[in-house]
Amino acid sequence: MLVRILFAAVAAFPIVFMLVSSLKPDTQIFGDMSSVAAFLPVGNISFDNYAAVFDRVPAARFLVNSIGISAVTVVLGIFINSLCAFALSRMEVRGKRVVFTVILATLIVPFQTLALPLVWWVNQLPYFELNGFSLEISKGWLDTYQVQIIPFIANAFSIYLFHQYFESIPKELDEAARIDGAGWFKIYRQVVMPLAGPATATVAILTFLPAWNSYLWPLMVVQSEELRPVMIGIQYFFQLNVSWGEVMAYASLITVPVVVLFIAFQRSFINSIASSGVKG
Amino acid sequence: MTTTPLDTRPRPAAAPTPAPLPSAPRHRRAGFLREQISGWGMIAPAAVLLLLFVFLPAILGFGLAFTNARLISPRPVEFVGTDNFARLFADPTFWRALLNVTYFAVVVVPVQSALALAMALLINKKFRGVNFFRTVYFLPVVTSMVVVSLLWLFMYRKDGLINELLSTFSFGLIQGADWLNDPATAMPAIIALSIWQAAGFHMIIWLAGLQSISGELYEAAQLDGASRWHQFRYVTWPGLKHTRSLVLVTITIQALGLFDQVSVMTQGGPLDSTTTIIYEAVRSGFKQQETSYASAISLVFFVLVLLISAVQRYLTREKD
Repeated sequence: MLVRILFAAVAAFPIVFMLVSSLKPDTQIFGDMSSVAAFLPVGNISFDNYAAVFDRVPAARFLVNSIGISAVTVVLGIFINSLCAFALSRMEVRGKRVVFTVILATLIVPFQTLALPLVWWVNQLPYFELNGFSLEISKGWLDTYQVQIIPFIANAFSIYLFHQYFESIPKELDEAARIDGAGWFKIYRQVVMPLAGPATATVAILTFLPAWNSYLWPLMVVQSEELRPVMIGIQYFFQLNVSWGEVMAYASLITVPVVVLFIAFQRSFINSIASSGVKG
Repeated sequence: MTTTPLDTRPRPAAAPTPAPLPSAPRHRRAGFLREQISGWGMIAPAAVLLLLFVFLPAILGFGLAFTNARLISPRPVEFVGTDNFARLFADPTFWRALLNVTYFAVVVVPVQSALALAMALLINKKFRGVNFFRTVYFLPVVTSMVVVSLLWLFMYRKDGLINELLSTFSFGLIQGADWLNDPATAMPAIIALSIWQAAGFHMIIWLAGLQSISGELYEAAQLDGASRWHQFRYVTWPGLKHTRSLVLVTITIQALGLFDQVSVMTQGGPLDSTTTIIYEAVRSGFKQQETSYASAISLVFFVLVLLISAVQRYLTREKD
């Protein structure tokens, strides 16, 4: 038990330090550093740093952007990847083995190697915009919301997780539904998906985390301030005099929502990974 | 008025069917064609997106590496053969980056897998508070690498928390270094925080492997009077065979792709002691807009990852 607590202390101390420091003025952060007070919300505690964060950075805008981008990516990702996995797992589609193998092959391509050609490529893509009643077509997706969303919807690992989970649901259920006259989409929507809760939770978390945490990609493709996600906001704190209390406040502000969300989904997430056979 | 809208929605399966195939004698089952059409309709959205945003850029990157393409350039794109690679292999910064990444991987891969396995073993069995420990061990993983880097940037200062802790626990004997500004300590400092952040993720993969080992094996081992070490050595370790290669491959790929930490904390410095392959690719592709040169670096990186994964697969293959 002692070892468990030791590991927990090592895992938690920087995060506790961050949260506690976000409530203190800079002089006190440095003053408390040499004692246990560094990890305790004592002394001159206030939310002043948080107020200052909103003055320095359009934090509300960044939060709204990141929430929107992550939510759309997660929802579309769950729908499209589960639909694909459903057909690959439960339908007799010709050629599905080849398709599944090719999809899994994309797992060995690290995103960092794709990022730069992808920047060039999205800059060539057509961009459709409804302006009043006329449809305007322009070139290049750089500096938009969709460039932060669409490339990340389809995901081989999500398809794999759904596929593994769907394999464990008895196929007799489909047969029964088909005898009742249900079409394939109805079986997907009303028979299989309602049973796939743990897989959906896992995919939701594993899609949400990189979407919320994305840094390299928006750095490369987003210029306008009003389109930026939360991680880019960090740069704002190092332009002029650095206030570490404010940095810690902003870091806490963009971390706490994720932690809360994770704790809410935690049980089904860890249990589902642990039982979904991510065994390679 | 509370009928579900789904019941009235036309099913994709009911889409107008094209002329039936000339003959499909082997498939007498009713609805074969319908199944093909709906099936492909369901696969298509994900398949098209993967094609557009994974396969095409991968092939494109391969091609661009042999041209002089720039992100924004009035000049037409020209084929330049292996010029980019010649320049790359003559660049000392690239070799330094390769060395740094190797250093990082050689330390991170064994240490992180071992710590992650230790954590998984600690929380494998059910006990009071197991969910608390699972959550805490996983907390660093849900914290973004960018935030983690920022936080540790602060803690690694000469007057920062790490040095204060070191000084307190050693009763003033250890005088901490200026971690990130010293070429000798910058990489070890980045290694420590990287392991701290990512070990929890691999703990989950180990945990999945541990949960798949049948409890009966442990019972049998206990009946035979096996010690805890022997149980680990002869039941747990062989049972984790598949998990081992998965953990090995994922940690290695993650280690070779080192970028976020370097970008936030050191920008490759001091004296190139922390620069990495991906950092160099992003620096040339993004800051200098040399798409083709960056693609060449990416291609070299991809081949490297592929080679190492293949070697690992070969070494961990099942020997019958």
